[in-house]
Amino acid sequence: MEEATVIDKNFKTEPYQINMGPQHPATHGVLNLLLTIDGEIIKKVEPDLGYIHRSIEKMCEADSYQQIVHLTDRMDYLSANINNEAVCLVVEKALELEVPDRVKVIRTIIGELTRISSHCLWWGVMGMDVGALTTYFYGFRDREMLNDIFEETCGARLTMNYNVPGGLMFDIHPNFVKRVKKFIKHFKTKIPEYDRLLTGNVIFQKRTKGVGVLSKEDAISFGTSGPVARASGVSCDVRKHHPYSALDRVTFKEALKTEGDTFARYQVRIMELWESLSIVEQLIDNIPEGEYREKTNAVIKLPKGEYYQKVETARGELGVYVISTGTKNPYRFKFRSPGFSNLSALNHMAVGGKIGDLVAIMATLDLVIPDIDR
Amino acid sequence: MTNEALQNLIGSWFPNSEATPTSEVKESPETAEVSEEPDEPQKAINPSLLEFSEEGSEFLNVTVQPEHLHDLMSRLKNDKQTKFDYLFCLTGVDWEPELGVVYHLESTTHRHNIVVKVKTADRENPNFDSVWDIWRTAEFHEREVFDFFGIKFNNHPNLKRLFLTPNWEGFPLRKDYVDEVNMVTK
Repeated sequence: MEEATVIDKNFKTEPYQINMGPQHPATHGVLNLLLTIDGEIIKKVEPDLGYIHRSIEKMCEADSYQQIVHLTDRMDYLSANINNEAVCLVVEKALELEVPDRVKVIRTIIGELTRISSHCLWWGVMGMDVGALTTYFYGFRDREMLNDIFEETCGARLTMNYNVPGGLMFDIHPNFVKRVKKFIKHFKTKIPEYDRLLTGNVIFQKRTKGVGVLSKEDAISFGTSGPVARASGVSCDVRKHHPYSALDRVTFKEALKTEGDTFARYQVRIMELWESLSIVEQLIDNIPEGEYREKTNAVIKLPKGEYYQKVETARGELGVYVISTGTKNPYRFKFRSPGFSNLSALNHMAVGGKIGDLVAIMATLDLVIPDIDR
Repeated sequence: MTNEALQNLIGSWFPNSEATPTSEVKESPETAEVSEEPDEPQKAINPSLLEFSEEGSEFLNVTVQPEHLHDLMSRLKNDKQTKFDYLFCLTGVDWEPELGVVYHLESTTHRHNIVVKVKTADRENPNFDSVWDIWRTAEFHEREVFDFFGIKFNNHPNLKRLFLTPNWEGFPLRKDYVDEVNMVTK
């Protein structure tokens, strides 16, 4: 009997490998992480990508510029409008086409509403990832209002394709202003509710504070952008540094935190909800009258040269790099997607933590896999 | 720093030994127009081993020989005046027949940009030095370029296919890639 209780003090452990995903709920899509773990401690995270790679960049080389816009909302589908805007802006920049004021303001409003809708979904899913299922329903409830607004004006709820080179596909719906104002009024009472439900929760704070710390130097070196970098104290908001559309005529604060941990990234996004709401509020009463679209040629040919345009999506900096040889198709069309660079920092942030921490870190990286697998 | 000042500074790091010392006198710093290198009188030998151009791009473009790439990059990152600490885009390009990589850099302190290009005519075994030790983000981006263009990066810690399966044949983003089944050509 006594033999059974003898514990070998020289018991050795060795790291082993385990697959997380591609069907794991916390990876939010088909992402496979090859974890090297020692017990519960993570030694290495190696992302295995490509499960839904569609080679959008190669497809672009055979498409016209109007067609390319439609591919972009299949990348980061939660920032569909902002992705569309990036391609439209780069085409307009190359053609030196000045779009009407009305277009600029509507683009910015729709872009910020998209950001709010994306952050709503992120907030719901973030709570769910760390074990608070209620947040999921709260987040989706508020996002639903925005989806209805988008549906009325853009004709779709997810892949809007509302922007076209030169302007917008069609004018805003007569109800648009009224419904957006109603949403602002509604949502202003909801963000404090988000805070009461999750931000102050002790369990939530224990799961997130001091977890997955990314220093400022590393944040820059890993090329992170968006809320991930801003939570580490990197001032990188494209809307501030390279304003586009109507963003130069609004005032807003860049959400910045210096802790660099999961909780800081959470707070930055909550702050961004307020700022986006304020941007929409400043513009919604001042939508200028005018055309909603500048005429372009049916066949758009960009002058020979190279063009780069960056925009701030809900995940960070989306860059569009076009090399044109003067034909109707681009020679090379590169998307610098925010999720791809943010993912590269994951290994660095997760090593030394527990598997549960990895889930929390993944939640605040806010990965959208089609954005990584372009 | 303005593009012009950047060009003068970075150009001086890699002096061309073939250029006569007098060619430096031609640089007149008053206006941006005069010092644009391609327009210099009678095609003087470029005083620098780097080639600069702003043509058809909003950024200053530098073309560097592959053997100087890593040297240039680490100086761009570490020099106090340039401090390009943010590599925001790394693109593989097939220029036919040349293969190359385009690096977009920004400085988070000085807020200036530069584009570095490197090319090679070797399509069988193209290789450049990796810059992952300078910017960590390059590790992922270079794997993507290797995956789609077959460009190898020396000293890369983990150079293997990123998106495609290991047994995939060919490099899809090259212009001469053919796939009868999946590619629609118009």
